[in-house]
Amino acid sequence: MADHLLEVRNLSVDFFTAAGVVHAVRGISYHLDRGETLAILGESGSGKSVSSSAIMNLIDMPPGHISSGEILLEGKDLLTMAPNDRREVNGKRIAMIFQDPLSHLNPVYTVGWQIREAMTTHGMAQQEAEAETLRLLGRVGLPEPEHAVGKYPHEFSGGQRQRVMIAMALALRPDLLIADEPTTALDVTVQAEVLALLKELQRETGMGVLIITHDLGVVAEIADRVVVMEKGVLVESGTVREVYKNPSHPYTKKLIAAAPGKGEMHRPAVKAEPLLVVRDVRKRFGAFDALKGVSFDLAAGETLAIVGESGSGKSTLARMLLRLDEPDAGSAHWKGRDLFKLSPAELYKLRRELQMVFQDPTQSLNPRMTVYQLISEAWAIHPDILPKAKWQERVAELLVQVGLSADHMGRYPHQFSGGQRQRIAIARALALEPRLIVCDEAVSALDVSVQAQVIRLLDQLRRDMGISFIFIAHDLPVVRDFADYVMVMRKGEVVEMGTVTQVFDTPREAYTRALFAASLDPDPDVQAAHRAARLERAS
Amino acid sequence: MLSFIRKRSLSSLISLIGLLVLVFFLSRLTGDPAALFLPVEASAEMKQQFRELHGLNDPLLVQFGHYVGSVMTGDLGESLRKARPALDVVLEAFIWTLWLAAITMSLVAVAAIVVGSLAAFRSGGFFDRFSSMISLIGASVPDFWLAIVAIVVFSIQLAWLPTSGTGSVLHWILPIAVLFVRPFGIIVQVVRGSMIGALSSAYVKTARAKGVKAGPIIFVHALRNAMLPVITVMGDQAASLLNGAVIVETIFGFPGVGKLMIDSILQRDFNVVLAAILVTAIAIFIMNVLIDLAYALLDPRIRH
Repeated sequence: MADHLLEVRNLSVDFFTAAGVVHAVRGISYHLDRGETLAILGESGSGKSVSSSAIMNLIDMPPGHISSGEILLEGKDLLTMAPNDRREVNGKRIAMIFQDPLSHLNPVYTVGWQIREAMTTHGMAQQEAEAETLRLLGRVGLPEPEHAVGKYPHEFSGGQRQRVMIAMALALRPDLLIADEPTTALDVTVQAEVLALLKELQRETGMGVLIITHDLGVVAEIADRVVVMEKGVLVESGTVREVYKNPSHPYTKKLIAAAPGKGEMHRPAVKAEPLLVVRDVRKRFGAFDALKGVSFDLAAGETLAIVGESGSGKSTLARMLLRLDEPDAGSAHWKGRDLFKLSPAELYKLRRELQMVFQDPTQSLNPRMTVYQLISEAWAIHPDILPKAKWQERVAELLVQVGLSADHMGRYPHQFSGGQRQRIAIARALALEPRLIVCDEAVSALDVSVQAQVIRLLDQLRRDMGISFIFIAHDLPVVRDFADYVMVMRKGEVVEMGTVTQVFDTPREAYTRALFAASLDPDPDVQAAHRAARLERAS
Repeated sequence: MLSFIRKRSLSSLISLIGLLVLVFFLSRLTGDPAALFLPVEASAEMKQQFRELHGLNDPLLVQFGHYVGSVMTGDLGESLRKARPALDVVLEAFIWTLWLAAITMSLVAVAAIVVGSLAAFRSGGFFDRFSSMISLIGASVPDFWLAIVAIVVFSIQLAWLPTSGTGSVLHWILPIAVLFVRPFGIIVQVVRGSMIGALSSAYVKTARAKGVKAGPIIFVHALRNAMLPVITVMGDQAASLLNGAVIVETIFGFPGVGKLMIDSILQRDFNVVLAAILVTAIAIFIMNVLIDLAYALLDPRIRH
C-alpha cells in the first residue's frame, strides 16, 4: 500500500506545567491524502491544535514533550529527522496558516519581504522570489500587488491579511497545508471568500489540507473527512456527512446538538411601551463616519439583536448608549430622559439600570480581584442597593443564579474556564439589578456547547426578571435563537430591521440575504446546496 | 518621514525654550546674581558695579530679552577663571565627553544586544543564568568603587594602564571599561526580557513554520521588534553619560564636561556652569530626536 501524504500514528504530547503533567494529546492517529481535506474538530482544550503544532515542529520543548508516536510525511518520520532536514520541510513541503493573521505577520517588515523570505530561505534567488511574490499576491486576490508588496501588515484589513498569509504559505507549493482556525477572526462574508479561495487553490495544486476548527459550519463547507477530538482523545472519525448524520460518540452528539440556529424563533408580543427610544444617533471619528443616523425602540423584556460585520458601527452604538463614548448628534430616551444629556451625577444614578457584558471575560474581569470582590464592587459604588451585611449572601445567590456555586466566591478569574468567566461577568452585571444589559459579542469567544448554556441563561433572565437585552453579534445562528428583533447594520447605517422571523425568513435587503448566504450551516447537505446556489449566482 | 522629523524637532524645540527660561531663572532668581557670580569676598560697591554692568537692575523681562538675544548669538558670557568665552570652555570639554559616551554606548549596544538575545533564545539555560548574574552585578556595582579598584589592579599592581589623564589610546581604556559596566548590565536585562517576549510571539511561530533558520529568527524577526524598549533605556543611559560621568571623569582626571562642571561649581565660575547645562541639555534634546527617529525607522506603525 502506498504511503499516505500524512499519517499521524499514536501521537501523544505532554506538557510539564507548574500544576503537573498535562496530557494534551493522547495516542491519536489520523491520515490525509493528496487533494483531500481533513478537519480536526474540537473545542478549546481538546488538543486539536497541539497535533498540528507537532507536525510543524512548533511545540516548545520543554515544557512540551512528545511521549509517543510517529508523524509520517510520505512514509518518513518527521520526529526522527535531523534538525536541518526537518527545518527544510517547513514552508517547502508543509505550510501553515493561523487564526489571527495580524499577530502572525511580523509588524515591522513589509508583506512583500515576508513572502519573499518564505522562498529565499529555501534557496530561491532574490529576483525570482520578487516576481513570484507579485504573482502570488495577485493570485490570492489582493488588489494592486505592485503596491501591496511595499505595505505593512497593519495597513490591510483582516481578510486581506489572511490572503497574505495564504500567499506566503503557498509560495513554494507545499504538499500539505495546515490551517489552524483560518477564518475564526473574520467576518462571515470574508470567511466565505477565504474558504472558497483555499478550495480553489487546493484544486489547482492538489495539496492536502488539514483544517483545525471548532466550527461545524466550516467543516461542512470545506472538509471531506473529519476527526473529532475531546480532551486530547480522538473520539470519532469519518466522512463529514457520516459524522453529522450518524454521530456515534456522545460528545459528537452533544456538539452537533449544541450548534445554534435550529430552535424555535421567538415571536415577540405586540410592541409594548418602549423603555429606550433611540433617534438618529451619529458619530464621526475624524474623517470616518462610524454612525450615520441610527434609530430604534426597545421595550422591557425584549431582545434586540444588532448584527453586522466589523466596521458596521454596532459596538460604537453600544458604547454610546452607555456613555462610554459621546455621540455627535441624536438622542436616546430612557424612560423619557435623554441619556446623552444627563450630567455625570445623574448618569451615575442611572448607570445601575444599564449594564454591559463584554466579549472577552479574561480582559473584562480584573485578574487581581476575587469573584466576591468583582461582584460586590457594584454595591460599594451604589451603597443604597444593599447593606454590607447582606453582600455575602447576595453574591452567593447571584452565583447560583448564573449556574456557579457559592464556594466559587473566594476564587480568582484565572481559576475558571472561559464560559464560567462569562457567567461571572453576567453575575456582576446582575448585581446592580439592571433593566437593560448590552451584550457586545458576549458569547463569541465561547465554545459552542458553552455558548448554548450562556444563551439559555440570558434567555431565562429575560423571562424571569424582564430584563431587556441589546445583543450585538456577528454570528447569525446565535441571534436566531435568542433575539426578538433584529437590526442589520452596515457601514454605520441600519440596513434592515424587523422581528427575528421576518428578517430570517423573508429578508428584504440584498445585503441581509448576502449575510445569510455567507453564513455556514453545520449540515453538510444544506451547505452543499448553499454552495451550489452560490456557484449558480456567480455564473 | 520628513514631516515626522519636522514634527518631532518642533516639539523638542518647545522643551528647549522651556529650558532656556529655566536656566535664566536659575541664574537670576535663586538669589542675588551679583553674589552668585562674584567671589565671596567682593565688596558692596563691586556688586553694585557688577549689577549695572550686566543690566541686573533692569526689569526682569528686559533682562530675559537680553539673555535670549545673547544665547541666540552664542554669547554665554565669560569664564571668570579662564578669561575666555564660557561656551568655548564648555565645548572643548564636551567633545571629550561626547567621544567617551559615543564609544562606550556603541560597545554597550553591541555587547548587550548579542548577550541579551542569546540569553533569551535559550532562556533558563546555562548561558542565560550566567549572563543574568553578570548583568545583575554590573547593574548594581557602584562606579566609584569599580574605578578605584580598576586603578589599583590595572594601573598600580599590574602597571598595564595609566592611572589618569589623557594622551594616548591607553588612557581611554579604564574610563570606558568602568563606564561600560552599568549600562551593559541594565541593557542586557532589558534586551533579554524584550526578546523573550518577541521570541514567543505569533510572528516568530510563523517564521518557524516557514522554515527560517534560528539566526535570522533571533536577529531579523525578533530583534527588530524587541528593540523599542531597548532603545528607550539606551537613551536614558546615554543621557547620563552625556551629562558628564562626573565621578568617573573626576577619578580618572578625564577633561570632560562632568569634571568641568564640578570644577566650575567649586570655583564659582557660574557662566561656565550655565553654559555646560545648556550645551548638555541641547545634546540630550538632539539625542531624543534621534531616538524618536530610530523608533520610526524600526516600527512602521509609529510612522503613521
